[in-house]
Amino acid sequence: MKPLDPRLLRYARSTRAFLVVAIVVGALTAVLVVLQAYALADIVTGTFQHGLDVDALRPALVALAAIVVARAALAFLSDWAAQRSSARAKSQLREGLLAHAVQLGPVRLAQHRTGELATLATRGIDALDAYYARYLPQLVLAVIVPLVVGLTILGLDLLSAVIIAVTLPLIPVFMVLIGMYTSSRVDRQWRTLGLLSGHFLDVVAGLPTLAVFGRAKSQAQSLRNVGEEYRKATMRVLRISFLSSLALELLATLSVALIAVSIGIRLVNGGMDLRVALVVLILAPEAYLPLRMVGAQFHAAAEGLGAAGRVFDVLDEPLPVVGTRTDVPPMLGARFRFEGVSVAYDDDRAPALERASFVIEPGRVTALIGPSGAGKSTVLSVLLGFIAPSEGCVQIESAEGVAGILDNFDPQVWREQVSWVPQSPYLAAGTLADAVRAGMPATDDEVAEALREAGLPIDDAALPFGLATPIGDAGAGLSAGQRRRVALARALLRPAPLVLLDEPSAALDLETEARVVAAVERLRASGCTVVVVAHRPALVAIADVVVELPTVVVEGAVLS
Amino acid sequence: MSPVRRLLHVSRPEWPRLALAAFLGALAIGCAVGLLATSAWLISEASLRPPILTLEVAFVAVRAFGLGRGVFRYSERIVGHDAAFRSLTRLRVLVYERLAQLGPSGVPVFRRGDLLTRLVADVDASQDLPLRVVIPAISALLIGTGSVVLAYWLLPAAGIILAIALVIAGVVVPWLTTIAGRRAERRSAMTRGRLSSEVVEVLVGSGDLLAFGTADAAIDRARETDRELTKLSATSAAASGVASALSVLAIGTAVVTSLLVAIPAVLDGRLPGTALAVIALLPLAASEAVVAMPSAALSLASVRTSALRVSEVLDAPDVVHAPAVPTPLPTGERSLQLRDVRARWAPDGPWTIEDITLDLPPGHRVAIVGPSGAGKSTLAAVLLHFLDHEGSATIDGVDLADVSDDDLRSVVSALTQDPHVFDTTVAENLLIAKRDATDDELLAVISTVHLDAWFADLPNGLRTPLGAHGTGMSGGEQQRLALARVLLADRPVVVLDEPTEHLDTATADALTTDLLALTQGRTTVFITHRLVGLAEVDEIVVLEGGRIVERGRHTDLVTAGGPYSRALALDVQAGDL
Repeated sequence: MKPLDPRLLRYARSTRAFLVVAIVVGALTAVLVVLQAYALADIVTGTFQHGLDVDALRPALVALAAIVVARAALAFLSDWAAQRSSARAKSQLREGLLAHAVQLGPVRLAQHRTGELATLATRGIDALDAYYARYLPQLVLAVIVPLVVGLTILGLDLLSAVIIAVTLPLIPVFMVLIGMYTSSRVDRQWRTLGLLSGHFLDVVAGLPTLAVFGRAKSQAQSLRNVGEEYRKATMRVLRISFLSSLALELLATLSVALIAVSIGIRLVNGGMDLRVALVVLILAPEAYLPLRMVGAQFHAAAEGLGAAGRVFDVLDEPLPVVGTRTDVPPMLGARFRFEGVSVAYDDDRAPALERASFVIEPGRVTALIGPSGAGKSTVLSVLLGFIAPSEGCVQIESAEGVAGILDNFDPQVWREQVSWVPQSPYLAAGTLADAVRAGMPATDDEVAEALREAGLPIDDAALPFGLATPIGDAGAGLSAGQRRRVALARALLRPAPLVLLDEPSAALDLETEARVVAAVERLRASGCTVVVVAHRPALVAIADVVVELPTVVVEGAVLS
Repeated sequence: MSPVRRLLHVSRPEWPRLALAAFLGALAIGCAVGLLATSAWLISEASLRPPILTLEVAFVAVRAFGLGRGVFRYSERIVGHDAAFRSLTRLRVLVYERLAQLGPSGVPVFRRGDLLTRLVADVDASQDLPLRVVIPAISALLIGTGSVVLAYWLLPAAGIILAIALVIAGVVVPWLTTIAGRRAERRSAMTRGRLSSEVVEVLVGSGDLLAFGTADAAIDRARETDRELTKLSATSAAASGVASALSVLAIGTAVVTSLLVAIPAVLDGRLPGTALAVIALLPLAASEAVVAMPSAALSLASVRTSALRVSEVLDAPDVVHAPAVPTPLPTGERSLQLRDVRARWAPDGPWTIEDITLDLPPGHRVAIVGPSGAGKSTLAAVLLHFLDHEGSATIDGVDLADVSDDDLRSVVSALTQDPHVFDTTVAENLLIAKRDATDDELLAVISTVHLDAWFADLPNGLRTPLGAHGTGMSGGEQQRLALARVLLADRPVVVLDEPTEHLDTATADALTTDLLALTQGRTTVFITHRLVGLAEVDEIVVLEGGRIVERGRHTDLVTAGGPYSRALALDVQAGDL
């Protein structure tokens, strides 16, 4: 892990402002630490050596109190700024992520395990709080304080300054050396550890299976044994990896002890003044403190950066180049010619669609069939502009004879003429009517009619609140079949000349399927071009053209 | 007993180790305090220029403290982690034993993968209790008390001042931080929830949003909520800042007031001058003892949440009771009889199945069909005695409730919806069913369940690892592996509980054919919601709403015009192309 990920500065701009605050607070803290040491030394020597009472020491005592108040104020400022910046940075990261995600489109986004990503983008990056509140300020302090304190000591006592100057840089050097030495040993243990740590989950998940064969109870002993093994293996790793913090603590405290002993001896020999000695003694541990704190906060910080890193990975993904032409011709009566279209999501995997050539005729129903993985849904993704062909192209010939290539058009403008029923529709929380409208202005009657056509009449007993039926996140409260019918209604409500249906009748009973078939026929009658990914015979039966992927075109065929 | 206390109780045998770790931790901080206090005294004394030999002890002590801190800290971490892992194993075993006792039907964790993962994470999170709460707290208490005693011995007033400062920084501030955190959480919970569903909508539903041109609106909504959340966080930022400031202020004030009482004491001879520096620096050094307390308080709060969920499992009511004195099974021919059986999941809940009467003479094959929620899996749970029943369910005349678990398992085995593939080798996965099976037996059964092609591709044959860290298997292959286990166990009665539930139709139909063919000759209860391929079973029982609504042979039911024939028409149509 880099101490300061440059991507954090790039994607979460509030980090820059926070760094400035942290540097100012760090510098002021360093100065106050030095002033506090002087004030303490003055007060102690004043009474001890010169017999001064509280009244005589009043200025120094007031100064000390003022320093304490100022340090408290800085502590407030640092913490408050950290929390605020962290909240802003998280917000900026999320905003950037959402904007980028939508521009990437659903097909590319699906490579990132979106459900997990959503959790990371909300709860996950909360771990950044620790990074801002505790790690970054300490990192800044670790640079400034040793410098200021070291220079002050240099001005007072050369020998102590030399001890600090020699030992302080040794700390990071030792940590790196020990880290390098241990990492190979730790790595070797890691696989074993991974296996052992997953064992509990494995056994608990398999408990029903074990119970069936009467072996559940006997596994408790095995859990005990594996737990023991895990402990031993982990302790072997920890004994090594804790060495680096041992080195840090040893160097830090031993140096302070050395300084104390050396100034003690010089005091006895009369080679030093008590006031100077006290200042050096109070300041010496302060030089090491921030470095020790950075080490202690490292893990908390790493967790936050790890979560943020996953978000950065999405943000780093280059955006696809999309068409810019906004003069999309009317799609009513347009023909789509797939010419050797291949779609590859990434280089490592087999293409999702390979050299597909077929024609989608205007005003007709085209059924896409074929085994799973043949690229049926990919054809719809291409027509929706979610992904561009990596090879070949889709030619559009409009009714007026205007031709163009699908990729060249701005997908957002293009999609205004497309309607879609996805395989697993996502319905946002809201009411049933909201879900069907999906931003379209439509009257309640129109919505009810669309629902009826989709096989979900609102006077159905299953919808006690009719159009106002509440829907939870991701369509919660509706069955899979109902969600599909809502998605169909949503598509029917939208007056689009190109309608794409992805397995619209899966998980529906025969009666509802008949309604879907009727709806498709009505769409065709109104001149719409319909492309349907079909599994069940009823939908294929009404198709004018059946395209079997990998491409075989059967004109007017009726499969049953 | 509170959930946290219960966790502590589970780790009771490790208390000596925890105590040792806390003591070592106290020594580590003690060295820091000792280093500063001794050095302060040493240089004050040295400035009086005594013979250097009188300071020899102090010189040695300073060096020893300098060395001791790192060494004690290292030992504390080793001993503490060791104790934490030992406690973790104890808790894991305890939770597992409880789960085993509850059985697969007793808790919802086995029905939802996310709950299971969370339970395991909660158990693992219990490590934080010793490491981040108990050890730092005891160390802080020990060394805080030690510092106060030292200050009190030097000058009673200074001891009292230090005690007050440490209590503020080590108890009051963490307590305030926790309360403020809980308040902020409560205040922003709604907004957080909304933001989270809006983020999910954009990330998971981006296709729908783009296709219908509503993506920008959704992003704007999320941005608005995010702003609101950022605004809400301002208050908690201020609270957190105040807590930090208060800590600094408490220790700083202790330094100033200690000096105010110590200066007159030096001047009138109650305090030796050489101790003045010690009094002044002691609060600064002792503050290290309490520096970890705010984060310990936060850890305690999160451990409490985890402990609560773990306790829910430990306290879940039994759904099945083992017989106090099991009745041994007679050497019979293993026939099962259910007479007016009913069962439910909660002691006062509604009956999930009622009036179930079923005869299963040896070799009889019955299919239980019906829509989801009809009570099919409840019936399976009763047959496997994973759930208590009322009425009479007997095996060779002995009620299932009186049969010992071992006896029952030697008669009945099962294939479930989601058989688990363990993170171990092919052989180990199969040996669960029969500990002493030979490699030849294993190879034979793999072939019987038609896994030959899959097996031929495995790099290390029977020793190939499967599961999370091994070769992935498709759903159909997993079910066949599970079927291999059932065949290997070779029990006279087999319950097949929706084994094709998560498979696509083609795979499901092929598996169904094999299942019925390979379990031929055994008493078989085949539970399914798909009605394909049931022509050859001896009896079909249709369940609806927990009751039997129709029963008979396939040929009779098809023409009866009842629920079976209607449902069958749908299922045959639904077959893939």
